[in-house]
Amino acid sequence: MGPRPSPGRQRTFRGHDVTTTLGVLFDGIAYGMLLFLISVGLSVTMGLMRFINLAHGVFAMTGGYMTATLASRYGLDLFVALPIAFVSGAGLSLVLEATLYRHFYRRGPLDQVLLTVGIIFVATAIAIYVFGSQQQPIRIPEVLGGRLDVAGVELSRYRLFLVVVGIVITLALVFGLERTRFGARIRAAVDQQTVAAAMGIRVDRVFQVTFAIGGGLAAVGGALGVEVLGLDPNFAARYLVYFLLVVVVGGPGSIVGTLIAALLLGVADVSGKYYVPGIGAFVIYLAMIVLLFLFPHGLFAKRRAR
Amino acid sequence: MTAILETRDLCMSFGALAVTQNVNLALEPGARHALIGPNGAGKTTLVNQLTGVLRPSSGAVLLDGEDITRLAADRRVQRGLARTFQINSLFPHLTPLEAVTAAIHERERATTGVVMRCLRGVSRNRVQLDEGQALLATLGLERDADTPTHELAYGRQRVLEIALALAAKPRVLLLDEPAAGIPEGESDELFAVLDTLPADIAILLIEHDMGLVFRFATRITVLVGGAELVTGTPRDIAADPRVREVYLGQGVH
Amino acid sequence: MSLLKRSDHPLARRERWKLGEIVFWVAIAAVYFVFPKSLVLASQILIAGLFALSLDLILGYAGIVTLGHAAYFGVGAYAAGLLAKHGWTEPVSGLFIAALASALVGWLSSFLVLRGGDLARLMTTLGIAALLYELANRASPITGGVDGLQGVEIAKVLGVFGFDLYGRTAFGYTLVVVFALFVVARAWVNSPYGLSLRAIRENPVRARAVGVPLHRRLVTVYIVSAAFAGVAGALLTQTTQFVALDVLSFQRSANLLIMLIIGGTATLYGGFVGAAIFMLVQNQLASINPTYWLFYLGLLLIVITLFLRRGVVGGLLIARERWFLKRAAR
Repeated sequence: MGPRPSPGRQRTFRGHDVTTTLGVLFDGIAYGMLLFLISVGLSVTMGLMRFINLAHGVFAMTGGYMTATLASRYGLDLFVALPIAFVSGAGLSLVLEATLYRHFYRRGPLDQVLLTVGIIFVATAIAIYVFGSQQQPIRIPEVLGGRLDVAGVELSRYRLFLVVVGIVITLALVFGLERTRFGARIRAAVDQQTVAAAMGIRVDRVFQVTFAIGGGLAAVGGALGVEVLGLDPNFAARYLVYFLLVVVVGGPGSIVGTLIAALLLGVADVSGKYYVPGIGAFVIYLAMIVLLFLFPHGLFAKRRAR
Repeated sequence: MTAILETRDLCMSFGALAVTQNVNLALEPGARHALIGPNGAGKTTLVNQLTGVLRPSSGAVLLDGEDITRLAADRRVQRGLARTFQINSLFPHLTPLEAVTAAIHERERATTGVVMRCLRGVSRNRVQLDEGQALLATLGLERDADTPTHELAYGRQRVLEIALALAAKPRVLLLDEPAAGIPEGESDELFAVLDTLPADIAILLIEHDMGLVFRFATRITVLVGGAELVTGTPRDIAADPRVREVYLGQGVH
Repeated sequence: MSLLKRSDHPLARRERWKLGEIVFWVAIAAVYFVFPKSLVLASQILIAGLFALSLDLILGYAGIVTLGHAAYFGVGAYAAGLLAKHGWTEPVSGLFIAALASALVGWLSSFLVLRGGDLARLMTTLGIAALLYELANRASPITGGVDGLQGVEIAKVLGVFGFDLYGRTAFGYTLVVVFALFVVARAWVNSPYGLSLRAIRENPVRARAVGVPLHRRLVTVYIVSAAFAGVAGALLTQTTQFVALDVLSFQRSANLLIMLIIGGTATLYGGFVGAAIFMLVQNQLASINPTYWLFYLGLLLIVITLFLRRGVVGGLLIARERWFLKRAAR
């Protein structure tokens, strides 16, 4: 589990491996950006609809498999495949929301957990059946391959691309929430659902569109993540803890919170694996437990009035 | 007579909003004290501070001379402070008998043996069960004793609210709008219940139904904007022009 | 009082052992004679049923949603295994020690688990189980890591009954332990203490307002549940003489939840019925085609959550209520 390492060249400064440290840090940030891309949709839907969607990783898988298939079957470039992945993720979200999820908004967390775990199982089985249980190979575009020299440190171009995409999406989301009318509706629905509905905001539409955007973003994240995280049918179950962790620690409903939590997790995980290989994911779980103990409602929890 | 329940300069703010301002309340044993005031005056917030649901920003709550300001809610019940809720807060799938019996068991838990409490069936703990039945009978609920609470009529649920509070054998009882939802003029049954409450219990009644208030209370406190406007006998309060102004918005000319 | 003198008062009725319950346990005991070749599977079902019962205590009766209950199962399993491997081979005392170990871990984790809302709780329980899994994985010199703990030898039960290849002693031993714990759980749930737990689940605010020490009760339930889960894990170790790493896996916690939901929560028997159904079907399907098993399991979960929320036992109880009402109406 976890990202594949990107190679870096050794370079010392006063005897310390600055390059390696920076390289590890950068790798962690890129990994964190990926987690953010996938998890931000989950954060907004959890904050907005209080719906515990454990199957969120399925949207990421959809994007990943869509992209991999388009590349291997039709030779489609990653850049072309990304929008298609977005649409597939958004589409799947809309279907699931319409058929299943909307009946569970008022049901307790247990029921939501059961439903979405069932969806994970079904999706995993379908993936095994259709694609086989091996890792999906992916070909990244040449322009993104190789390394770029930035201030003497060699960074993977692909990971640079991830960071850029992450920043762009963050800005777009924050701008969208703060400046657009639809964003205002989302914020209203998050803060005071009943009042928003009484003011004429179509809360169910807001739910649907938000869900679709979240699912689409997750799919894009999944597509971009094939190179870094790998893709196999167990993806949704394996990374479940990570997505939930990012959302819960960052605070459901907070975009900035999700970003910070994702970056922290990314850096912690990569550093942990690089510097203390025996520890593995141990540190992550420990950190999560400690953070949840200190901040039971997340770092940037939106205080909701109901 | 020393007060059995009193507050000393009780203050509570939510940020910049002051919801309780220097309230000094004193209840004697056996008191029949009513707390009235317009909506939003902070009456329920005050009850929440008395019972431990909310922590006041400053000031103290004393029960029989003991400072309970920091005491947990369930411990206050053990000390003899019980309340009812303005909006029914009951156990939907428990029967009234189960609910009051549970409350009685909590009250008695220090003296009941562990084995009796944790391994013997509820029906085999006859003492508490009998007391529960008796309590329901005094309030006229014996016919509904085995019906799940959520199937009871609203009025009966309101009475069960009081029964649950009484099961704790409190020395002080806080009734938060017991007539809520009951049309004015139909509160006779409720008044009959209030009348049968033991004389040695101190009762603080929060109500909007003025008929009920003036029949029941020997002392009335008027709360406005979280602060005490005036405290006095029913006659004093009825005659006080400031009270009329608060309720009817009329100045005194 | 008049109502209570009649022994068909609903409270007394619920506490009395019903004919169906006695038939249930006699039938299980009869498996020894009727299916002598399937005793190993039968033991596994009983162990899973006990594990599910432990989850029922916190989920069905106290309302705590957890996806990491395998943590306590695993602690019990490894405790029993390590004890036996290092010389303490007496089984019954091994069970006690394993129960204590998992109770301790349960107590420690209660500080983390009983904080925050449902979501934080879900994550914390997931995290604790995942943490222990990693720990067991990395500590392979002690635990055997991915290969599992081997060299577990168990002495004869009561000095008389040795564990045999057909699983006869294992079955009898498991049945006695599970039944004993079941009787305790049943008494506990029907006691005034159990009543207070139901009150907490129905309305925590009001429970506090009638004097129930909420947090203390939940901690106690959690500890007892952990102990039960630990005994189940220890039984597994002692009867199979092996500890696999997957006793701590997410899959085990998820399967447990599914078993309990299939059978129905807060019925005491739901865990056993669900475990039986789950493991019997898994036994058949998973060996034919694990992918199909996974698919249908997921589908089953979705369908049950949508339509059969009370589970098998819950559904049966509802049907019986309706039948009683019809009879009374006539």
